[in-house]
Formats: sequence, C-alpha cells, structure tokens
Amino acid sequence: MAEERAPKVNHGPGGPRGARGPRPKIDHPGRLLKRVLGYTFKDYGVRWVIVFICIVTTVFSSLQGTLFMRTLIDDYIKPMLGQQNPDFSPLAGAIARVACFYLLGVIASFVQSRIMIYVTQGTMRNLRNDLFESMEKLPIKYFDTHAHGDIMSIYTNDIDTMRQLISQSLPQLFNSMIMVVSVLVSMLVLDVPLTLVTLLMVAVMIIAAKKIGSQSSRFFLAQQQALGKLNGCIEETMTGQKVVKVFCHEEESLQQFNELNDQLCGSSYAANKFANIMGPVNAQLGNLSYVVCAVAGGILAISGISGLTLGELASFLTLNRSFIMPINQISMQFNSIIMALAGADRIFKMMDETPEIDEGYVELVNAKRQADGALTESAERTGLWAWKHYHKADNTTTYKELQGDVVFDHVDFGYTDEKMILHDIELFAKPGQKIAFVGATGAGKTTITNLINRFYTIQDGKIRYDGININKIKKDDLRRSLGIVLQDTHLFTGTVMENIRYGKLDATDEDVVKAAKLANADGFIRRLPDGYNTMLHGDGANLSQGQRQLLAIARAAIADPPVLILDEATSSIDTRTEKLVQKGMDALMKGRTNFVIAHRLSTVRNSDCIIVLEQGRIIERGTHDQLIEQKGKYYQLYTGNAMAQ
Amino acid sequence: MLKTLGAQIKEFKTASILTPICMIGEVIMEMLIPLLMASIIDDGINAENGANMNHVYLIGVLMLLTALISLAFGIGGGVFGAKASTGFARNLRKAMYENIQTFSFSNIDKFSTSGLVTRLTTDVTNMQNAYQMILRMCMRAPFSLIIAMAMSFWISPRLASVYLVAVVILGGVLGLIVSQAMKHFSQAFPKYDDLNESVQENVSAIRVVKAYVREDYENTKFKKASGNIYKIFCKAEGIVAWNSPVMSITVYACIILISWLGAHMIVQDELEIGKLMSLLTYCMNILMNLMMLSMIFVMITMSMASARRICEVLNETPDLSNPAKPVTEVRDGSIRFDNVSFSYKKDADTPVLKNINLDIKSGETIGIIGGTGSAKSSLVNLVSRLYDVTDGRLLVGGVDVRDYDMEALRNQVSVVLQNNVLFSGTILENLRWGDREATEEECRKACILACADEFIQRMPDGYNTFIEQGGTNVSGGQKQRLCIARALLKKPRILILDDSTSAVDTATDAKIRKAFAQEIPGTTKLIIAQRVSSVEHADRIIVMHEGQIDGFGTHEELLAGNEIYREVYESQMSGSGDFDENHDDNKISDGNNDNQGGRDGHGNNADDGGKGSHGKGGM
Repeated sequence: MAEERAPKVNHGPGGPRGARGPRPKIDHPGRLLKRVLGYTFKDYGVRWVIVFICIVTTVFSSLQGTLFMRTLIDDYIKPMLGQQNPDFSPLAGAIARVACFYLLGVIASFVQSRIMIYVTQGTMRNLRNDLFESMEKLPIKYFDTHAHGDIMSIYTNDIDTMRQLISQSLPQLFNSMIMVVSVLVSMLVLDVPLTLVTLLMVAVMIIAAKKIGSQSSRFFLAQQQALGKLNGCIEETMTGQKVVKVFCHEEESLQQFNELNDQLCGSSYAANKFANIMGPVNAQLGNLSYVVCAVAGGILAISGISGLTLGELASFLTLNRSFIMPINQISMQFNSIIMALAGADRIFKMMDETPEIDEGYVELVNAKRQADGALTESAERTGLWAWKHYHKADNTTTYKELQGDVVFDHVDFGYTDEKMILHDIELFAKPGQKIAFVGATGAGKTTITNLINRFYTIQDGKIRYDGININKIKKDDLRRSLGIVLQDTHLFTGTVMENIRYGKLDATDEDVVKAAKLANADGFIRRLPDGYNTMLHGDGANLSQGQRQLLAIARAAIADPPVLILDEATSSIDTRTEKLVQKGMDALMKGRTNFVIAHRLSTVRNSDCIIVLEQGRIIERGTHDQLIEQKGKYYQLYTGNAMAQ
Repeated sequence: MLKTLGAQIKEFKTASILTPICMIGEVIMEMLIPLLMASIIDDGINAENGANMNHVYLIGVLMLLTALISLAFGIGGGVFGAKASTGFARNLRKAMYENIQTFSFSNIDKFSTSGLVTRLTTDVTNMQNAYQMILRMCMRAPFSLIIAMAMSFWISPRLASVYLVAVVILGGVLGLIVSQAMKHFSQAFPKYDDLNESVQENVSAIRVVKAYVREDYENTKFKKASGNIYKIFCKAEGIVAWNSPVMSITVYACIILISWLGAHMIVQDELEIGKLMSLLTYCMNILMNLMMLSMIFVMITMSMASARRICEVLNETPDLSNPAKPVTEVRDGSIRFDNVSFSYKKDADTPVLKNINLDIKSGETIGIIGGTGSAKSSLVNLVSRLYDVTDGRLLVGGVDVRDYDMEALRNQVSVVLQNNVLFSGTILENLRWGDREATEEECRKACILACADEFIQRMPDGYNTFIEQGGTNVSGGQKQRLCIARALLKKPRILILDDSTSAVDTATDAKIRKAFAQEIPGTTKLIIAQRVSSVEHADRIIVMHEGQIDGFGTHEELLAGNEIYREVYESQMSGSGDFDENHDDNKISDGNNDNQGGRDGHGNNADDGGKGSHGKGGM
C-alpha cells in the first residue's frame, strides 16, 4: 500500500514513561555527553548561552514569586491587620516589583522556548546531514555487514532520542539543578531545621524510587524479550501468511501466537505496574514531606524556637513543593539521558566509521587533441576524456586517452583476509570486446565486477585500466568511466525521467527518451499513466521486475561509459522480451568494453571471451566455439549433457 | 471506530472502570491537602484565640491519612491501569491476528506484509499507551481541575472567579495553539517519513549511488529535504513555543491578582491567611491540569492514526467464505475452466484473465508457459480458490470450487507458491505442515520424490536440521525442493508448481519431473515454468499470453502451430543449460558472495507483499 510508511519505531511500551526501561550499558557516558554537547555548542554555542541565561532568569523570577508570599504576609498583610485605614500603596508598589520579576520570567521563558526550537531542529538537521554524508562515504563492506534495519533505526530512533535529549532533557536538567540549588539556599535562609526535615524526606523518596525502579527495570527487560519474540513470530507468519493459508495452518499459527501474546501481556503488565506505581508513590511521599513540614513548622512557629514567622512558613511550604518536583525530574531525566546517550553512541559510531579510502590521484579530465596528436586538458566538455597522470618521480603530467582497456593481473580477493573468494584471476578486455562470466551461484562472478569499480579492494595482484593501476585512479573518476547494471535493480523515488537521468544529470529529455528506446523501455513507459512523468515509489514497486531492469539498462545507457558491466541485467525479463532487449543491448555494447554476467547461456554465446568460474577460479576460457570444442564444463551445461549424469 | 476498539476490552472491563475511579479517588484526596493545610494555619498556628497545638496535631494526622489513602488509590490506579492497558493490547493483537488468519489472498494483498506487521506491533503499542493515558489521565486531569475549582469557590467565590476567567482564557489560547500546531505537524510528519524513506533508499541502493558517483547529488538532495524538515518543524514548534509563556503569564497574573485582592480581603477580615495559601496552591493545580489536558488531546490525536489502521484490519471481512453446505470430498483431479474471467480489483477495466476455457483430465501433467505478466500464476491460483473467479465457473472434480469446504479443497489441491516461505523450525517440522501426522518415513519419501533427501542427508542434523527464519540457511534451490516435498505430503489430487523449480538445476529438475510421472501418476500436475525444458514432456502445454490462452496442446502440436511457443522454444533451444544452482548443495557459508548485500535479508518482505497487489506475480 502506498500509504504504508517505514514504521516509526516506538521506544517500547510504557511510552512517555518508557524512560524507566532497562538502562543500556555505555562505556564512557561522560565522554559521550561531552561530545554531544560539543556537537551542538559548535554551531549554537551563543544560543545555548542565551538559553542558559534565560533558564536562570526564569528560575529566579519564579523563586521571587514564591518568596513574595513571605513579604506579602509578614510585611504587608500582618501589619495592616487591625488598622483602621490600611494604606495599600506600599503593597501596590511591592506587587508592581514582583510583577516586573514575573514579566522578566515570562520574557525569558518565551525567548528560551523560541531559541530552543532553532537549536534543537538545527542540531537535528546538522546531525542528519553529517550522518548522511558520512554514510555516503562508507565502503560497500559496511552495508554488507550491517543490517539495513539497524542503519535505518539510527536515523529514526536514535536521532529522535537525541532530539529529546537536546530539546528537553538538557534544559530541564539544567533548570532542575538550578532550581534545587536555589530553592535549597532559600530554604536554608528561611529555616534550617525545616530544611533538614525536607532533606530527610527527599532521601526516603530517592531510596523508594530506586527500589521500585530496579523492580521495574527487571520486568521491562523481560517485557523487551517477550516483545522481541512476539514480533519475530508476527513477522514470520505475516511474511508466510499465504503459505499458512495454502496449508490450512491457521490454527497452529494462532496457537503459537496466543502463547507468545499472553507471555508479553504478563510481563508487560508487571513492568507497567511498577512504572505506574512510581508516580503516586513519589507524589505521596512529596505530600508526606509537605505534611511533616507543615506540622513541624507549625510547632516551630507556635513555640517560636527558631523565630519562624507565619509568612516564612507559608513560603517554606511552597518551596518544599518546588524542591521535590525538580528532584523527581532529575531522576527521570537521568534515565532518558542514559537512553539518549546509547543512541548518540550509535550515531557517532556510524559517523566515526572509516570512510572509503581513496588514495587515487589520477583524474579523468576533458581533453583536446592537439594538431600533433598529443592530448591536453580542456575546460569545457569535449566528448574526449583523458586520464591526467601526474608522475612524482620526474614531476611530469601525462595524458592518456580513456579507452576502457581492463586487465586483471593475478588477482586474489577475499571479503576477509582469512578466506579468499577469488584466486589468481587473470583476464584481458579490450575496447569493443564482450567478456562473459558464467558459473554457479557463489562462483565469484559478481565479485569480479565489483573489483573493477573498487567496491572492494583486492588482496593481491593488480587491476589495470588503460594501463593504469586502478588503485592510482580516483575512485569517483574510475566509477564515472564504468557503467553498471546491477543484479538487483534499485530505483529512486521520483519520475521515470529522473530515474533514467540519474545516469547523466545534465541529459536532456530527448537524451532520456533515446536511452529508453535503446533499452526497449520506451514502449512500456509510454503506456504508464503519466508516461515519462510517472512517479515511482518504494523502489519502483509499481513496476514489474522486468520493467525495472529495463529502466536500469536505460540509466546505464544514458551515462555512455566506455566500460559496461551487466550483472544479470536481463534475468527477470522473459525470454521473448529479452530477445527484443538484446538488440538494444547489442547496440549499447558496440564500441565499449563489456562485462556480462548471465545464467542464460544463450545470451552470452556471441561473447568474444567466455570465462567459466568455479569456486573463485577460472576453469575454462575461450569463445563459445572453443569451449564447445573443449567439451568441458561449459559444453556439459550448454548441451544439457549434465542431465544425463 | 470506537465501537470496534471498545469491543476488544472484554475481560478487562472491570480494570478499565476501576482505573479512573481510583484516579478520581486519588485526586479528591490530594485536593483535600491544601484545604487541611489552610486549617493548620488558620485554626492552629494563627488562630484568633492563640495558637492551638492540638489542632495542628489533629490536622497533621488527618493529612497523613489523606496522603495514605491517596497513595492507595494511586497504586490502585497504576495497577489497574497497567492491567487494563496491557490486556487491551493483548486482545487487540489477538483479534487482529485471528482476523488475519481468516483473510483470503486478496485481503492479504490489500495490506502489505510490512503493513500488517506494523499494525500488529507498533500500532498496538501506541494504542496501549494511549489507552493507559486515557484511563489514567483523561479522568484525572479534568477531575482535578473541577475539584480544585470547586474548592476555590468554596473558599472564596470572589477570588475563584479570577480562576474561572483565567481558565477560560487559557483554555481558549491553548486550544488555538494546539489546533494550529496540529495542522502544521500533520503536514510535517509525512515529510519526515519521506526523509526516512530516502535514507532507506540510499541504504539499499548504495551500490547504484556509488557506481554512478552520485554521493554529492544524494547529499544535496538529502540536505534539501532535511532543510525543509527543519523549516516546517521550526514553524510548527514555533506555535507550540507560545505554550509556556502564555501559561506562565496566566499563572503569574493569577498570583498577583489573588495576592492583591486577597490582601484586601484579609485586611477586611473576609479571608484568612491559610485560605489564601491554599487558593494559590489550587491556582497552580488548575492551570497545570489544563496544560495536561491539551497535551492529552495532542497525544490522542496522534494515536488516532494507529487506531484507524488497527480498525482497518479488524473490520476487514474475508471476501471468501465457506458455502452453507460444503462439499468435503474432492472426487478426482479433473479441472474445468468454464468461460472464466478474473480480475484482482472488482472495478478493473481489463480483466487479468479473459474467457478461459480449459478441460484438464485427472492425472494429466499440464505445463504452463508464457511471458512476464501473462497471468500464469493468476490462472492456477483460481484452482485452489485462493481467489474467486469474477465471471464463469471453475470446476474441480466436477464440482464448482465455491461449493467446497475451503480447507478440504486446499488439502486436495496442493500449491507450491512462487514466493516460497519456510518457517523457523526443523526440516521435519516444516515438512509436517503438509501433513501433521506424517511419520518420518513418509516425510523422507516425499523428500526423495522432490530430490531433497540427498542434500538433507548431508546436513549435520539431517531431518532435524534447524531452518532459520525465512529459510536463510538453505539455498534457493534447496528451499524450493523442500517446499515441493512439503506440498507432496498432502497427497493431493492436484499438485500445482508455480515456477517452483526455477532455482533448481536442469538435471535435478528433470529428475523431479520423472519421479512425479512414476510415483504419483494419478495426481493432476500443473507446472508453471520459464524453461521450455521443464514443460516440454508434459501431456499438454498451455501457452498464456496477456491473460488469454494462446495455445493448448502437446509440445509437437504447439511447435508446429503456435508462434509464441515456437519463439520461446527457439530462444531457449540452444544453451538451455543453466549454471545457477548447479552447486547449490554446498551453499557458500558467507552469504555475501555474488549476492548484492542483503538481497535475501531485510527489505524483501515489503516487496513480496507489494508485488501481489499488482497482480504481477508473473515470472
């Protein structure tokens, strides 16, 4: 369904209270927090300073308000009590003063929330951009070894927890801390014994919170596990729902589901129960502290031991409330900060991944041919490309025309150093030739083509492009000179036109149509609802696999590279259509160096050289006729003699 | 929608009712505390006839009691709330899952796989949280507001009217802010989803990006999108930012007004100091709860999307149902298509299948061949009534498929789907999907027929080898053979293979076909294939072309008289050999080889689900 979006991942049941979940382990929370702060201070340092000033202002103005209670009662109301004609003008003046403080507080809180928006959203934007940029630089290997879901979750979940950290946790933590300190100071000024009583109650509260919290997090862990199990079961059955139907297996699948569902319900109940209890317990302990202070304060006020006035008691009781609230908040923020730091850890880890190393220095430049046949660099597009090769030894620069001559010289390769996938590969491909790779799945066909464009780096041997070791060529320039149609077609959200133009960004509409015609895609594109302007979504989900492959071919065609790599480019196109495409493909391949991987042997028959791979080694090579003559593996498969075995 | 969801509360009704009651109890008790406080001051410390210590103690004990009762209520609310909400979530999941089990293929097509998973997981969690909040907060906030207001009026109607005005003004402003902000947020979220989609795209298509050196292009594109998000979110949150200053301005205005008016009243002996204090406490309470209400409103609106999506599943009625008097016995394996037309969507202009007339005798082997999108899969899917014909009649064993009990029909008509799925469990467990009671010997026999026994025997734990979720630890060809064996265990009258040997090498493919011919001659076999070699020895071959039968006859007949068949045959005649899966028995341990990273891992689910809905199972 088109409206289906990537699921927004929740932070586990418990929602806003979910911050009480199990705490993830982080190695250096301090260092990490410093890095997060450094990251946002870098761009928004001044704004953060303003925000902090605003927070301090807000806290003090609200504190002034609380303390005003004392003044109001002790200095104004009490003296006026019993007067015949009480003069309210001093009170009016005092209220005006407090109003000014309040106004200051309001302004500060407005400025703070305004600025915080830009700080938060700006930091998020920078973070996303940096993350994306470093992701684009990562080697293919990273994407092979990391689940795509995990990468996605960094962009969704982890960035989101970071947003909460920056927009809420940090300012609130700061706010709470200032509040605690200033309220504590005010309380001490008002009355020391009462302050001690309050502190005692706070200690009780913290212990209780810890007790419940540890219970709760134990159950949250169990809940997380049960949730994981249930989600796994759901995903599996939903994926295979049609098979479930065909085998009338509904009841068994329901039974399994019910079991896991009940388990989750049980552990989720336990976890939520404790999380829910936390709130009232804290609140009532707060009330308890209030009551104890009120009674103790009452005794003090009546006995007059510490000279506590009624106004002071009133103020103190309000302060008592303001003291407990931030303490509760700090303990809550602390949890969510830890959670956010776990996310930050993943974000920075990805940003810190070693990018694709590119030590190449040979560049691809536009060239012009001089009268004497020598090549020189040209600023404008000439259609003639040359490798600009700087030689350090004698400080000269040579230009060599881009032709597309590829040589593998005793190449060994393995994804890891321990296990080699390709052994001693040797091959020569001249412009205009078609080299085909055939072999079983896992023989290493795709791997070879992935070495030419340096998706992976070889362990031993050399690959030369126009006589230049490809390690010396800048990766971008090397790849620009290669056109690849991959085994799995990937299209981007956008129109058909844009998708084809991906191969050459400055191509005109006519160029696009021409390329589509070459790939035999023009026909079906025109039949789409909006022709070339039809929007494609979700990797071109509204097209058939075959149609997507045709678009991918058109995309490679428009790039017009000297070397073309076609990896099972027509595997999903039925044989009749393939025949039609084949004509276009042949036209496309003319004058280029072509590497073709195909499992239908009929499509590679006219190759200049067919290379038969088995378990990473070349076991046969030659033209179709030569290989048939050899009566080896290729012959067996081609004639279907294998069937007789 | 509320009715649909409400029906799932079921046995948790009591807890659902007790939760708000407890919350109300908690609130009432809490609201008494400031009042008692006032009494301590006014009648105890500051009593007109001198301080009264005993009163202070008495009220102190009373306050303690209220706090304890409040705590009891609070804990009760928490426990019942947890019970009700987690139970509700459980029931929702169960109800959805149960309903999905009754879905027909076309129902499944309508929701994608990932759509169903999201609904069962994230959406339910959202609902659980929303429900808990509704039960606990939705009652608490307004109640606390009302009680605080009532208490204030009881203390001093004159001063309390200040609050009333404040509440009306603040309520209005908050409502305005929330509604404006919601408008902006509802625009922002899709944009946000788009951004994530583009990341997803880049992750899965990283090879394309790198191959075309489009990193900078993608960066620019992404920066533009994230810049847009920045702008739109700044705008939306800019509106929300008014919340806190508006809130504090109201609170402060109230405090100042009450202080001023209160001072006058105290001096004129119309009010006591303690009462003034409790009024100020209530002031905070009232306005805070108002704020809470606006937040609840926002959260509920946000969870509406989840609620809607869940209801979509709950309200989906399966569009296939058993007849009143179902036939439970399939007499034989004959199949007759009687002027059958079919389309996936009822209002489609051009049907997927047009006027199909076929007569297949029991025990025949029928090959089906045709281009991508020629509706081969659609044709066979009708036989086991995975979809209903739009027009015409389809008879199996001489009876209209719509007259059969669906389970009986599907047990007799065994389909090996194109999108094969194995489930996590041992090989034996997977095989027994076909027949719950099958002995190990029977399972083995089926595997020998499907040429699966040979590789299973070579596995470390043989038939007890554990298959990972999605069958990732067996190769494509092995998976297909296991799926065939699984289907064979049903001992069906009709066996349908929908391109089920595409990843099996030609030699094994031939062996399987030979085994079929020898071992289960009485079973009607429908075999869809791309390779002519897979069908050329069939009794008869159907050539499909654009939803119609282009030719039906033996290999020789078609070769002589059918142009499409001849073309396909000629294009494959030489070089029909196929390298793929020749070596599938020693599946390479490191799955990356030759396999564009993650190809058979993540991300494919959505594709599989999506494809069906376009009726393009083809090929």
